[in-house]
Amino acid sequence: MWDYSEKVMDHFLNPRNAGEIENPDAVGEVGNMTCGDALRLTLRVDEKERIADAKFQTFGCGSAIASSSILTEMIKGLTLEEASKITNKDIAQQLDGLPPEKMHCSVMGMEALEAAINNYRGRPVEHEELEGTIVCKCFGVTDEKIERVVRENNLSTVEDVTHFCKAGGGCEECHPQINEIIQKVQAEKGVAVDTGTDQGRPKKLTNIQKMHLIMETIDREIRPGLNADGGDIELIDIDGDRVLVALRGSCAECVASSFTLKSGVEAKLKEFVSNAITVEEVEQ
Amino acid sequence: MKTVYVDNNATTRVDPEVFREMEPYFCDLYGNPSSMHKFGGQVAGAVKRARQQVATLIGADPSEIVFTSCGTESDNAAIWGTLHSYPQKHHIVTTRVEHPAVLTLCNHLMKQGYSVTELPVNHEGLLDLDQLRDAITPYTAVVSVMWANNETGVIFPVEEIAEIVQEKGSVFHCDAVQAVGKIPINMRKNRIDMLSLSGHKLHAPKGVGALYIRKGTRFTPFFIGGHQEHNRRGGTESVPSIIGLGKACELAMDHMDEEKTRVKAQRDRLEAGLLAKIPNALLNGHREHRLPNTSSLSFEYIEGEGILLLMSREGIAASSGSACTSGSLEPSHVLRAMGVPFTGAHGSIRFSLSRFNTDEDVDYILEKIPPIISRLRELSPFWKRRDRSAVL
Ligand code: FES
Repeated sequence: MWDYSEKVMDHFLNPRNAGEIENPDAVGEVGNMTCGDALRLTLRVDEKERIADAKFQTFGCGSAIASSSILTEMIKGLTLEEASKITNKDIAQQLDGLPPEKMHCSVMGMEALEAAINNYRGRPVEHEELEGTIVCKCFGVTDEKIERVVRENNLSTVEDVTHFCKAGGGCEECHPQINEIIQKVQAEKGVAVDTGTDQGRPKKLTNIQKMHLIMETIDREIRPGLNADGGDIELIDIDGDRVLVALRGSCAECVASSFTLKSGVEAKLKEFVSNAITVEEVEQ
Repeated sequence: MKTVYVDNNATTRVDPEVFREMEPYFCDLYGNPSSMHKFGGQVAGAVKRARQQVATLIGADPSEIVFTSCGTESDNAAIWGTLHSYPQKHHIVTTRVEHPAVLTLCNHLMKQGYSVTELPVNHEGLLDLDQLRDAITPYTAVVSVMWANNETGVIFPVEEIAEIVQEKGSVFHCDAVQAVGKIPINMRKNRIDMLSLSGHKLHAPKGVGALYIRKGTRFTPFFIGGHQEHNRRGGTESVPSIIGLGKACELAMDHMDEEKTRVKAQRDRLEAGLLAKIPNALLNGHREHRLPNTSSLSFEYIEGEGILLLMSREGIAASSGSACTSGSLEPSHVLRAMGVPFTGAHGSIRFSLSRFNTDEDVDYILEKIPPIISRLRELSPFWKRRDRSAVL
């Protein structure tokens, strides 16, 4: 069970300003059913550009409902100019904090508000998501959005990014790209980060570096698994991106060793060294 | 506050009779069953009786029962142990809807170089047996298919699957953690090679399970250490829990009829009531091929966590396949594998009953849930729109 603050529970159980303003002056919609949360914010704006009324409708978990509810309270009475300065951090703070895994709920609030303000100003209603290129296919998150949450919340790990905008929370295929974005932002800020994964490896390896990396990967990632099965692997030669190996022990007799070769050895080398690697077995 | 507990597929209440049976083995009869003195010996006798009780429930020979620490250990030991007994075979066949104890392990093994075939299920959660037959090759070391699904309660024809696996010359492991105690199982009448069960799903305490290993099945121990469990699982026996598991199995035998009569009737009444009272509610999984105690329902256009939080305020304990409750971002792998649409997958609730539930419990849930669903739907942007399009 989540450790929600009393404030989160209060706003979930007694949501303020739930519903929809008839003929609103501004509408902000973000999220969708597939992602598991969505927020529709409607505003009444007076002639002085002050938010006279705000209402929300939310599909999502307890903290998504609470974030939407408190957002409406926070923005009522503000001018659009003032409201546009609200960030997801402010929303989370007003709720006395959110569990890390739920930070994306506060981000959704901020985005809906932005979308509503843009809508009022007659800017395209396009969602944030549609700007930039999609990095995370599972959750439809773009590079721009990732860059923004990283920058604004000073994030340094893929896990953080997932908590804030969901990117990376599915098949994990986009992790290398997310890491690149983190590195880029951090580099701009002048901090070198070690993201703690191999993904931060330099783009272009020298031949010597590549050889070392291949040997290291075999020793660290591949051999222990084979040893456990009574097998072993020997590196015979490296020819560009072709890696020649011989399987020993129980692996050598194993008729299914091509499985091991493709699904085990090659996959690991692709992951840790370079996507271009192919592995071939040689008799020796 | 009143508690109505309908989350019995997560864990169950320890039956007070089970607890009473266990009590002496903490402070009084605390000997080590392996010891060479009478004080330990009497404990060994009690463990032997428990082994017999477990064997009786599933129609096995006591020598085929290995006590473990939980269902997950049993699953790991079965799959890992078989792979190590057949080092020349590197392929595993399983299904997309298995418990993480099997699926996560298979994923891990895949990274070590094994290949894994995960069989899909149809929208009712059922397997295609021809597809299963075709997936098994001469290199398949083990086929692991669950007896009953923890989320939907859907029952697989594992006895039929066991025949296929045997014909193809592989080893069949069945994760029966949700099935044991709820439906009759007779290992004498089937060809399943290994079967996992867990104590806390059938009113025994947490922290004890068993692995059935059919006589003659090759097995390599997973826990390596002392000679306990006939060299099949090292480690001093968790005696009180084992005694508890034995007693729980004996009681499960006595109550078996009740599961398919009273418990099932309550489940059916609960399910029919909710489906009748709540629009846009769907049943997940095959209606017939199902455990008698489980009902997985999807309430469209809302999210499961909110439902659970509001239910919990009324003292109702159930669980959800929604993403938000699990800490992951995607809804249950079981519902996704069945192709349950996103409109419903996020709002799924699993009710799982036990013999301790009463008719009043069912009445109480039927009274409390509909307003909770409407309340959350009032907040949902999709519900309103669905409404409007329906009016237009
Ligand atoms: S593409 Fe990002 S998690 Fe799948």
